[in-house]
Amino acid sequence: MSSYSITEPSSAQKWIAGLLVGAYTLVTLIPLAWIIATGFKTPADAIAYPPKVIFSPTVEGYVNVFTTRTRIPADQMDSLPPPANFAEEIVRDQGMMITGPSRYGARFLNSVIIGFGSTFLSIFLGTLAAYAFSRFRVPLKDDLMFFILSTRMMPPIAVAIPIFLMFRQLGLSDTHLGMILLYTGVNISLAVWLLKGFIDEIPREYEEAALIDGYTRFQAFYKVVLPQAATGIASTAIFCLIFAWNEYAFAVLLTSGTAQTAPPFIPTIIGVGGQDWPAVAAGATLFLIPVMVFTVLLRKHLLRGITFGAVRK
Amino acid sequence: MSESAIDRVAEATPVQISRRVRGLGDRTIAWIFVAPTIFLLLAINIFPLIWTIRLSFTNYAANRPGREVEWVGLRNYERILTDADTWANMQTTAHFLVWTLFFQVLIGFTLAWLINRKFRGNDLVTTLIVLPMMLSPAVVGNFWTFLYQPQIGLINYLVEFVTGIPASSFSMLGPGGWARWAIVIVDTWMWTPFVMLICLAGLRSIPDYIYEAAEIDRASKWRQFWTITIPMVLPFLMLAVLFRGIENFKMFDLVVLLTGGGPGDETLLASIDLKREAFEKWRTGFSSAYAIILFVTVFGLASIYVKALNKVKER
Repeated sequence: MSSYSITEPSSAQKWIAGLLVGAYTLVTLIPLAWIIATGFKTPADAIAYPPKVIFSPTVEGYVNVFTTRTRIPADQMDSLPPPANFAEEIVRDQGMMITGPSRYGARFLNSVIIGFGSTFLSIFLGTLAAYAFSRFRVPLKDDLMFFILSTRMMPPIAVAIPIFLMFRQLGLSDTHLGMILLYTGVNISLAVWLLKGFIDEIPREYEEAALIDGYTRFQAFYKVVLPQAATGIASTAIFCLIFAWNEYAFAVLLTSGTAQTAPPFIPTIIGVGGQDWPAVAAGATLFLIPVMVFTVLLRKHLLRGITFGAVRK
Repeated sequence: MSESAIDRVAEATPVQISRRVRGLGDRTIAWIFVAPTIFLLLAINIFPLIWTIRLSFTNYAANRPGREVEWVGLRNYERILTDADTWANMQTTAHFLVWTLFFQVLIGFTLAWLINRKFRGNDLVTTLIVLPMMLSPAVVGNFWTFLYQPQIGLINYLVEFVTGIPASSFSMLGPGGWARWAIVIVDTWMWTPFVMLICLAGLRSIPDYIYEAAEIDRASKWRQFWTITIPMVLPFLMLAVLFRGIENFKMFDLVVLLTGGGPGDETLLASIDLKREAFEKWRTGFSSAYAIILFVTVFGLASIYVKALNKVKER
């Protein structure tokens, strides 16, 4: 917009709008900031009233979320060997000793394996299907959008019942493979639809030129189309990853041990007398950081992803 | 629109080019490319749906695989539809749905409208505002129970600080009727950015010359807002409502961690009740029928809504 346009808002308008939106931003970020801050509090500071905004930070929460600990009577404390590292030292100060790693690390790793596994599979299959939908005549193409929407209309629990039974039959209950297949099945319709949009935007002339030059259709696909679609593939991948990363309902119903991801695990982190909030906040912060980074990276394609490609700008 | 253009180009492509293609034919490639996806969709989406429909006519219980399964016909459906509790849960769901949509549309549109004033730093602010909706609902729900704690929680403290109502005198998630509003607040906090982003796209799609023409015709700002801005953003806004409506009808993760349906049954949304029936009481047949009823409800409402949306778009 040119600066002399009569539709340009006046600078007073801009100031007021900026102040109002700024105020909303501050308020809306309080809970998020509170999660991050609580991760660096002692349990006593975390539940202090009135809530403490200024406190001396500690990494106790982070040590707690990664370890299991046991209380040591004061008289036995002296007979222990000196603490080997800073984590041990923090725990000793509480009158406890570290007895081993907690399950948080394993759950986080499961989230990584299942998230990346299902994202890779969704993108691999989705790109192939999207190319076919974009370039060839496929029957029922126009109904696809509503089909995608309709697969998202099923309450997760409704699908979870037969999948629970199916996985039990196939021996996929509580396995990485089962969860990867499930999340791929949920993500793939979104992936196909978004990728089709991105591939539609690549001019057909590029491939046709390649075909004339003697490429096969397949060579044209991976030497011409794939590099052109790289940005679209990357942002679709991030959307699939965020879904799998954040998913809770299937994870809590279909996994309990080996393949449990972090979202069902984090709310079960407990300490003395209820939830260990600094540990929960520490675990949550570590878990939320990747998504926040991706959101910033994705911001240009965010709208397209959240509306299943319906809104593109 | 673009579809037909592409198809026209395809038809115009000389036959010689397609004949020149070595290796597999286009039809074969199309099938190889699409088949795995179709297979996965059938296995993870369609097959379970058919299985659920089948189970919904039986008295099957997944925790007792040895028991003989009886065909009960429509009795499950009859029991659900005549049960007063089901209707109570539907009302709870409706309360959640209506109020979250109301607040999200109101706040989301206002924010988008303000951000569209294009003040300096609006891109940065937009990215920051969007953050809550990208987070894991389970983690968010769990942490908000901490913020809502009556004695020590931040929310009660802020309420006391602003209004003077003693923090320990009320409990957002406890008895006293606040819980159904507590879940509306958290969902609104999390998902207002979604509505905002879509409205912003709508506002930015309105060409300047329309406002310029209105200025020349001396239409007031107020009139411009109601006759240009609102009608042109409406299809976008309706799309946002469609997505949020579907999501919140089947809402599970956020609310189950906030309240678990409690206190009592105050926030027992239909999908949380469904989880209890299916995975706590293990009434698999009954809950399958319940699931189908919920699915048909959303599907029916969404179909009607999409028709209305298309009408608005055509105007």
